Amino acid sequence: MEKTKTQNKELTSEEQKAEINFKTDWQYAASPESTDHIQLKKKYDLFINGKFVAPAKPKYFDSINPSTEEKIAEVAEADEADVNKAVKAARDAYKGKWSKISASERAKYMFRIARIIQEKARELAVIETMDGGKPIRESRDIDIPLAAAHFFYYAGWADKLNYAVPGKTPKPLGVAGQIIPWNFPLLMAAWKIAPALATGNTVVLKPAETTSLTALKLAEIIQEADLPPGVVNIVTGAGKTGSLIVNHPGVDKIAFTGSTDIGKLIQKSLAGTHKKYTLELGGKAANIIFEDASIDQAVEGIVNGIFFNQGHVCCAGSRLFVQESVFEIVMRKLKDRIATLVVGNPLDKNTDIGAINSKAQLDKISEYHSIGLKEGAECYQPACEVPSKGYWFRPTVFWNVSQASRIVQEEIFGPVLTVQTFRTIQEVVEKANNTPYGLSGGIWTDKGSKIFKVSGELKAGVVWANTFNKFDPTSPFGGYKESGIGREGGLHGLMPYLQY
Amino acid sequence: MNYHLLKKPIDQVGVEERVARFKTRSIKKQSKVQAMKLALSMLDLTTLEGKDSPNKVKQICAKAIKPCEWMHDLPSVAAVCVYPNHVRTATTALKGSGVKVASVSTAFPSGNAPMKVKIEDTKFAVEEGADEIDMVISRGKFLAGEYNFVHDEIATIKEACGKSHLKVILETGELESYENVRLASDIAILAGADFIKTSTGKIEPAATLPVTLVMLEAIRDHFYATGKMVGMKPAGGIRKEKEALQYLVMVKEILGEAWLNPNYFRFGASTLANDLLMQLQKEVTGHYQSLDYFSID
Repeated sequence: MEKTKTQNKELTSEEQKAEINFKTDWQYAASPESTDHIQLKKKYDLFINGKFVAPAKPKYFDSINPSTEEKIAEVAEADEADVNKAVKAARDAYKGKWSKISASERAKYMFRIARIIQEKARELAVIETMDGGKPIRESRDIDIPLAAAHFFYYAGWADKLNYAVPGKTPKPLGVAGQIIPWNFPLLMAAWKIAPALATGNTVVLKPAETTSLTALKLAEIIQEADLPPGVVNIVTGAGKTGSLIVNHPGVDKIAFTGSTDIGKLIQKSLAGTHKKYTLELGGKAANIIFEDASIDQAVEGIVNGIFFNQGHVCCAGSRLFVQESVFEIVMRKLKDRIATLVVGNPLDKNTDIGAINSKAQLDKISEYHSIGLKEGAECYQPACEVPSKGYWFRPTVFWNVSQASRIVQEEIFGPVLTVQTFRTIQEVVEKANNTPYGLSGGIWTDKGSKIFKVSGELKAGVVWANTFNKFDPTSPFGGYKESGIGREGGLHGLMPYLQY
Repeated sequence: MNYHLLKKPIDQVGVEERVARFKTRSIKKQSKVQAMKLALSMLDLTTLEGKDSPNKVKQICAKAIKPCEWMHDLPSVAAVCVYPNHVRTATTALKGSGVKVASVSTAFPSGNAPMKVKIEDTKFAVEEGADEIDMVISRGKFLAGEYNFVHDEIATIKEACGKSHLKVILETGELESYENVRLASDIAILAGADFIKTSTGKIEPAATLPVTLVMLEAIRDHFYATGKMVGMKPAGGIRKEKEALQYLVMVKEILGEAWLNPNYFRFGASTLANDLLMQLQKEVTGHYQSLDYFSID
């Protein structure tokens, strides 16, 4: 026992010597994506019945660039009269044209939308990054291509719905009210709109108030694609606008992605109505590293799991569980990896971590940070500098935390990771499932049998093995427990929009 | 020692995804110029042909000292790499320049020769004045699982090197898996390699970014455990400036400042030199110079 201690001591002093110095003489020069090619209006109206129309009451709010705190554009706030108008337009379009034309005709419009998204990918990526603060690398390589992929994928389903529900004749529901979050603005719009259109429904969509712009650019694309007026209506605004859609009697289905608190409110207000609903809510995913994992790749998976999109990801791998025997090395590699993350201007092509989406979200993350410190957790943040203006939070790792810690229990929705250790499979499965959430999870091991055993026991909608945060339109996505109801994506994503 | 126990799982998909992400790093302007000069200073200008002549070696040495006659502010390259019988020519030509002479040995490139011959081969090159020895491992023995043989052979050659630095060529194109690359790296490092090197350049694929990443991680893990630094040399197949910069990005983000110099990182290449020169000239003038203006070696 004593001998082990001495050995450890020696190792520690060697480790102290062996610090890797990432402050290199050779630095990456600024490499910002240009913004001169984007076309943005100063003021955006509501998109109703195929046209941009001013709101009934002339109320507009500012859309802010979270990395500079500068105003990008003004966006209309939809009130009751506007929502009524949008729902009526959607209903008329449903009765008038959309339910009458052939399925392959619907697909034609959707393919067209998908192609125009691809054509305008660069512009959309830049706007997404300016409006939401996410790194251009992500909006360029993930958000926009995936948004197009969703339209392509669901366009393919439009004329094959009979095969989706064998032996039955599926029918659309009517008007879908869709409320989407600010973390993947265009991608979430695509997740919602594409299956609704493929199944023959019409749509009233409300983007989040901090990130309306790409949804409004999508409205322009929809115009360009010549989609029949009223099939997709986009009304901007905050929570009140959303609640008007949820409670509107002319809506047949609600699809909501957002916080669990709002999800509960929506579920309450929908109780006893005819409306179908799907809710995609919060998460606190366990990312589990076993000692037999390929550690360097697992560390990469930890980083992608929690720091992707500044941790503004409902399925983020925010609770890391590391098998005790590899805890030291995993922590060391994780810290060194985090030290090389580039934090700063989201438009810079080398940026790994961009701006926090809003002041409110930054305040929430900062509060959890101080809660973590108060709870006595140990904390690591890299020594990177962040710009003086804008909303920033450095990547953060807490350890010496327990299941009882608030930072372990509650969804932070920011670049904050908690690390716990475990010894046995049973222990880690119990801890992983000991949460009101159940959206996603990750397993890292070289052993296939362990993957099957643990993934079968995790109560989570998506479990990734030796990877994390992988998305594909063909794959269903959704939660257990308070992480939501229903599935989006894939064949499963058609069902909430059909009666059969 | 049972080297079978050293085997570590490496996830192929993960390695390749990590590399794909490194490749998205955008290197522009002064950062690009600095990196290109750094890459030039890390070059082992190499000629390893049966038809190599003293004149060709002299020519390559001249280029090593001054990579381009009419361009200014250029560093010399790190070393010239030749067969043992050309070492004397190279040391004479490079005298006083600071450019090192590296010699391949141990029955390069196959490594299929008796131990005695390999030791003699190495000693000859050292006596002729080689500062660095690039040996090949016995891939056949490695693939047969005779890891102790591979280890001991490297250790023996290390001894024969005396004060000369030893680079151990794993010939990763013949090792089949990243796990094998990692294990061979660990064995070479434990046996005393000063550098680990991907390839002879005689086998396809030669150096690749994923293989180099796995080797850099082996070097880092050894550093974590012991505080000792081992160098890295990807060799073969790196022909373009853009690729070379991607290698430097990996070194920067895996091993940091201490490795970003010719003492710990080298490129085994020859055509890369002219692409670096051409790109450097382009940064100055804004347009590409004809390749005819750069000497072929």
